[in-house]
Amino acid sequence: MSKKEIKNTGTEATRSDRAEATRSLEEIFEQRIARDEKIEPKNWMPEKYRKTHIRQISQHAHSEIVGMLPEGNWITRAPSLRRKVALLAKVQDEAGHGLYLYSACETLGITREELYEQLHTGKAKYSSIFNYPTTTWADMGAIGWLVDGAAIINQVPLCSTSYGPYARAMIRVCKEESFHQRQGFEIMTKLAQGTPEQKAMAQDALNRWWWPSLMMLGPTDAESVHTEQSMKWKLKRKTNDELRQQFIDQTVPQADLIGLTIPDPDLKWNDERGHYDFGAINWDEFWQVVKGHGPCNKERLSARVNAWEEGEWVRDAAMAYAEKQEDKKLKKAI
Amino acid sequence: MKNENIIQYIYGIADNALILGQRLSELCGHGPNLETDIALTNISLDLFGQIRSYFQYAAKLSGDKKTEDDLAFLRIEREYKNVLLVEQPNRHFGYVLTRQFFYDVFHLLLLQELQKSTDETLTAIAKKGIKEVSYHQRFSSDWIKRLGDGTEESHHKVQEAVDDLWKFTDELFHMTEDDRVAVESGIGVDVSKLKERYYKRVGEVLEEATLTIPETKWFQKGGKQGIHSEHMGYLLADLQYMQRTYPNMEW
Repeated sequence: MSKKEIKNTGTEATRSDRAEATRSLEEIFEQRIARDEKIEPKNWMPEKYRKTHIRQISQHAHSEIVGMLPEGNWITRAPSLRRKVALLAKVQDEAGHGLYLYSACETLGITREELYEQLHTGKAKYSSIFNYPTTTWADMGAIGWLVDGAAIINQVPLCSTSYGPYARAMIRVCKEESFHQRQGFEIMTKLAQGTPEQKAMAQDALNRWWWPSLMMLGPTDAESVHTEQSMKWKLKRKTNDELRQQFIDQTVPQADLIGLTIPDPDLKWNDERGHYDFGAINWDEFWQVVKGHGPCNKERLSARVNAWEEGEWVRDAAMAYAEKQEDKKLKKAI
Repeated sequence: MKNENIIQYIYGIADNALILGQRLSELCGHGPNLETDIALTNISLDLFGQIRSYFQYAAKLSGDKKTEDDLAFLRIEREYKNVLLVEQPNRHFGYVLTRQFFYDVFHLLLLQELQKSTDETLTAIAKKGIKEVSYHQRFSSDWIKRLGDGTEESHHKVQEAVDDLWKFTDELFHMTEDDRVAVESGIGVDVSKLKERYYKRVGEVLEEATLTIPETKWFQKGGKQGIHSEHMGYLLADLQYMQRTYPNMEW
């Protein structure tokens, strides 16, 4: 059979057409991204784009719901009614963020159950910072101020990311996060201006949360495996190191304002760079926590797994009840 | 009516919301799915909102620079006047929802009457609360039906909770001395008169949920007199931890 004849057979023609079609779809896709237009669930997208987005959005959703646990730890012990209500509402907001991020992720053709399965088996990651314990009330201030502060820096650029459902979810998330950050700073301010015991509590919390917050912005650019591709898809607009610098520059004057000391002897304003210089980050600790050996990795994951497993009979009941109601409706109608 | 009587009367209502709200807040982040987690936290938030209105009012009546937090956090166990029902632990979701349902039905009837109080503040708090509590009752009634008429396992579990918690329902209708004084002066509700409507409503939902109404005639009481179950001390240890450890500070 000659080459020409092969081309004329049905399967070959289809394959070649398909390759051609994919090429042109890919071009349309690239052009859309270049024009800053959103990619919507119904649009064609390369498989790698879909997978990367499932990974990042689900990691973000998991971080929200695992992130409920360290703060949830202080709801029953909040020091005043006003603080209790604010903390409850904040943790509830995080559940809400989880909910719409999971929904955004589901538009990429994966179910919430599958996503939970990935979290519960350790296949999917969540932000490592939530593997640190919350040992005092001041940690509620430090988490709001520093952790939510770092999260906002990470997340604001995502409001204009290329995947439509994610970008839209992030607009709402960012609005609420910025409220949480102010709330956390207000808790810290009150403590810093309080009794010596309260001030010591605030300083201790800052000492414990400062470095993990810097790590939260991700490995250094040299170590970051996803940065280049993510920048291309506008899933990332600034590198980890740029974001970290922005966070430090923004947070140091806030600590000064309330009279707390950043626990870094090498921290110094650099006139030439127009930024703060800062000390070396302990990346060994970071990787240790990422790999599951942080102070609370086991507790966090088992709390999630328990809630899910112990809730199974409840979800089953709701499903069975809904089916029975549907049957009743049908019987009535016929 | 003396201010002290009104304050005691307010404790009789608000402590139920406080202790139930605290129990629900323990669950935040641990619900069977995100939607229920959010809904239960919402109920807890509503209750704490109501508590703040009651205690701000009571603190004002006390006239001695007390704050809402002093009233909520700094009493000894004997001074909390909530019914035994609301302090019962979150043994499983069936217990959580049954406890909620048993309280919600009462709570709504109470607020519907309280809005007729001659005390304007209590009337206003009741009117605002009715909207919230109507939703709570709908939510918990729906779940009782889902669990009762869901799977065999859920039916068994929620029936177990109904059987165990039933003995705490009668206390809701006991009149304390403070209740009597409040009713006589026109500010309070005669809770004993709510009993018939309560059991009718509860019975209807349980029946629709294919659940059996317990036949027991033995009921537990004591909460309204400040004599609580062994669970209460631990709940208060959590609730009061910060205020007890760091007294006289602002947060």
